Amino acid sequence: MPTDRNTKLVSARFGNEEAKTLAGYEKTGGYATLRKALAMRPEDITNEVKASNLRGRGGAGFSTGTKWGFVPKDAKQVHLVCNADESEPGTCKDRELIYWDPHLLIEGMIISAHALKAVHNYIYIRGEMMREYAVLQKAVDEAYARGYLGKNILGTGLNIELTVHRGAGAYICGEETALLNSLEGLRGQPRLKPPFPAVKGLFGNPTIVNNVETLMNVPFIVVKGGAWFNGLGMGRSGGTRMLCVSGHVNKPGVFELPIGITFRELIDEVCGGVWKGRKVKAVIPGGVSMPPLDESELDVPIEFDALQTDERIKNVMVRPGQQFDLGGGRALKTMAGSGGVVVMDDTSNIPKYVWRIMKFFAHESCGQCTPCREGTGWLEKVARRVADGKGKPDDLELLASIAHGIAGNTICALGDAAAWPMLGFLTKFRPDFEAAVKTKNKDVAA
Amino acid sequence: MSLEFSADAQKKIAALCDRYPTKKPVVMAALHLAQKEHGHLSDDALRLVAATLDLPYAHVYGVATFYTMYKREPAGKTTIRMCTNISCMMRGGYEVLAAFEQKLGVKKGGTTSDKQFHLVEEECIAACANAPCAVVGTKYFLDLTPDQVGKVIAELEADPHPEGEVV
Ligand SMILES: Cc1cc2nc3c(=O)[nH]c(=O)nc-3n(C[C@H](O)[C@H](O)[C@H](O)COP(=O)(O)O)c2cc1C
Ligand code: SF4
Ligand code: FES
Repeated sequence: MPTDRNTKLVSARFGNEEAKTLAGYEKTGGYATLRKALAMRPEDITNEVKASNLRGRGGAGFSTGTKWGFVPKDAKQVHLVCNADESEPGTCKDRELIYWDPHLLIEGMIISAHALKAVHNYIYIRGEMMREYAVLQKAVDEAYARGYLGKNILGTGLNIELTVHRGAGAYICGEETALLNSLEGLRGQPRLKPPFPAVKGLFGNPTIVNNVETLMNVPFIVVKGGAWFNGLGMGRSGGTRMLCVSGHVNKPGVFELPIGITFRELIDEVCGGVWKGRKVKAVIPGGVSMPPLDESELDVPIEFDALQTDERIKNVMVRPGQQFDLGGGRALKTMAGSGGVVVMDDTSNIPKYVWRIMKFFAHESCGQCTPCREGTGWLEKVARRVADGKGKPDDLELLASIAHGIAGNTICALGDAAAWPMLGFLTKFRPDFEAAVKTKNKDVAA
Repeated sequence: MSLEFSADAQKKIAALCDRYPTKKPVVMAALHLAQKEHGHLSDDALRLVAATLDLPYAHVYGVATFYTMYKREPAGKTTIRMCTNISCMMRGGYEVLAAFEQKLGVKKGGTTSDKQFHLVEEECIAACANAPCAVVGTKYFLDLTPDQVGKVIAELEADPHPEGEVV
């Protein structure tokens, strides 16, 4: 049974200016969990995290405890890296989380580093987040001064170091292996997997990369137990979730909500409904990389498995009559992604919005693989002429075949991230594209 | 002309070198610092970073040209990063960008002739719930409308928020 909507874990200190300081954080119970955790055996912490069904909040929704379990037992050096590169369009939670509660992230990282026996740990923060970097660096300095970080922390004999590493502008550095390359001082280009970072990551050592929100949940799991955390959620997804709602709603915002709330409840009850008295046309469920939903699909719970399997969500098609194959005949519906929910009202110019999304991917492709480098460029170009009223009748088929040619054929998931929404929008809003090819509308900006 | 880092920057770089197993990972921070102290990353600034960290020039060049925040050419003191990505576009981001272009008298990507402002069309800046929005150094301008742009520029003239201040 999902928890009630007032349960706040990671956002409990939002709005509390004082809690950003070490003293203010401690006053509200901060760092008490750390003492408890340092007295626990690392395996016991990992077991609680496994039991909690905490799933990664960065996009893929992978089980955090399972991922931690992939670190080889005999590893000499392990690293924990926090992914604070947040740049998936529609997503704006990590920035707020860091800004309002930097010490919770630090406490979560120290506990997780202890569980992983990781000594040298890093937070990779997006370059453009200068305000958040300043807040975070100050908090790290305070934590060092108080003996929560550094050598022999709190007299336990444990050494745990934490360094904040600033990016410099590149969406692709959010992809974990690109992030690791960037951390090593290279161009931020993704690595071929396997090996996965948990086996061979930063500086060649086993490395766990976790999202900001993921790591901030760890202290709650340690205090109240994995079973309690699991009970807050639904199915195989424990805890609450930060949802970022933007676009055409009356009250956009960043909300911590029970996993399992439906899109319709989120839009109508939390966000005051669609603006201007209009109706929903489309919803991007978790950042622009994810295939959209249409109005008939809004009663699905916002939960990792449900979005991949719920019968009410239509399968993404390559073209009418041909289902998109994720591999082994598996259908693609959508995914919970990063928690970025973008609501589009019924006057939305879908082809124009899709063009903007494709422009983003074309801009951010790192250029390593031909299908992605060339394909995203073509998707933008063709989507633009369709939106512009200069499309040709064959262009919808062209878009579908380019997207299909990218999906599954690239080093990293950015290729899929461009292909999936393209195919998803074509599947569910085909009449809008057909109309755009027929009519002349010239209102594309830029 | 060969360039140098200030004593303060040298201290920062030395401290950062202790945080990693080699000096190479410090290249990003050193580039941020070089840009702060020398305005942009000229070939000489790249040479300075290369010499400071014992890295080949070509490596530093490769890094500096990969990331969008590193400026290879001189640009304005204050960078206005205006988001036009999906959530911002849906609530008037392009109209706000056009208002900036018009008030500043430059096209996106350009710098005003007094070298005060550099206007950048930015991808999502993670403030989508307050779209359309812009970020300038440590300051966010949220829920923007085209008619607020004059006020934003006036505010930045009084308090410019250069990005270098946080390095
Ligand atoms: C193109 C691309 C961009 C990504 N951007 C981010 C990001 O900004 N933040 C993030 O946490 N994860 C991002 N991810 C997911 C990471 O690769 C990785 O799965 C995640 O950080 C793991 O943390 P988690 O298990 O806690 O979710 C991105 C993935 C891809 C393919
Ligand atoms: S899929 Fe695109 S972004 Fe990812 S490695 Fe290939 S070219 Fe780079
Ligand atoms: S889309 Fe503009 S801030 Fe995210």
